[in-house]
Amino acid sequence: MTLYIVPAIFLGVLVLSLLRRKDAYAAFVRGAGAALELMAGVLPFLVAVMVACELFRTSGAAAAFSRIVAPVISPTGIPPELTELLLLRPLSGAGSLSVLENIYSSFGTDTFVGRCASVVYGSSETVFYVSAIYFSGSEIKRLRYAIPLALVASFIGNIVGCNLLRLM
Amino acid sequence: MSVVWLIIMIVSIVALALSDPAAVLASMITGANGAVSLALTLVALYGIWLGLFEVLDTTGIADRLARLLRPIVRRLLPGESEETEKYASLNISANLLGLGNAATPMAINAVRTMKRDPVRSAVATTNMIMLVVISATSLQIFPSTVVSLRAAYGSADPADFLPACIAATVTGTVIGIVGVKLIGGVLVRLAKRRERKKRGGLTV
Repeated sequence: MTLYIVPAIFLGVLVLSLLRRKDAYAAFVRGAGAALELMAGVLPFLVAVMVACELFRTSGAAAAFSRIVAPVISPTGIPPELTELLLLRPLSGAGSLSVLENIYSSFGTDTFVGRCASVVYGSSETVFYVSAIYFSGSEIKRLRYAIPLALVASFIGNIVGCNLLRLM
Repeated sequence: MSVVWLIIMIVSIVALALSDPAAVLASMITGANGAVSLALTLVALYGIWLGLFEVLDTTGIADRLARLLRPIVRRLLPGESEETEKYASLNISANLLGLGNAATPMAINAVRTMKRDPVRSAVATTNMIMLVVISATSLQIFPSTVVSLRAAYGSADPADFLPACIAATVTGTVIGIVGVKLIGGVLVRLAKRRERKKRGGLTV
């Protein structure tokens, strides 16, 4: 069902532009041309975030930090095995995806830990990455409470999701 | 952001220097390489989505979608221009459909066209924070990556976590929206009170 969303969107838009006699080709080219410029603004932020994330992971600092935080996590109902995933999820999509795959292969997808990991990954976003990129087109420097609030809100969402899984 | 980044960098470099100093540069290069290859992928993806957006714009659907979502967008992001409302409603619709890569360029344009803080132009306004928080709490109906990964790892029912996942997403997004409104409101009131005190002090 969801497989058809993207083809349907494209077909709908193109057919409509045909019906309204607009030049879809010229418009598409104009829009696509903005992509490189947009990405040139985003790349510096991307490099900074991903270099930090890679260092955090390979240095073992992420794993060490997970061990420290794990006792705080368990009373919330989220399995402590997910601490590293919780920690890396806001930083990097690729980094946390490899942690998710690790959880699937070592605990299985249908265990409580595996299902909780699915909820955590599926219901949260790469907060730091999103914040860095959304502001890359403007000269905004101070994001104030955006990141802490987003992190706290997603974490509460995760707690609700994992505890619901216990009931299901 | 800056503080978190600095802490992560310093702690990780110290930890890595103690165990394997050669790995410091190596893993930074791995990270930067990842960033560049991700950027290349994203240029291609953004090219497609921004191209589609431009076609969408000429047909007038973008305006219609914006008008449809305007009651919600206006309440979330009050006082913005029609252009910003259009980008924001496209961002929210793309997020809902799980098309994060289509949502991002719309959000960058929305932030770029948003009104600035008149006094401190480098500081994010409440509306900008709202847009970031909505996206960052992942307003998504169908997390396709997780479902396909679960299927690949042999799950008996790859989509069985979806109800809990949607509950988690909705909880997170609602708390985020309420949080921005609350904190934003309190901060505005505090600023007004401070200003009134200053003015009061002048007359006395």
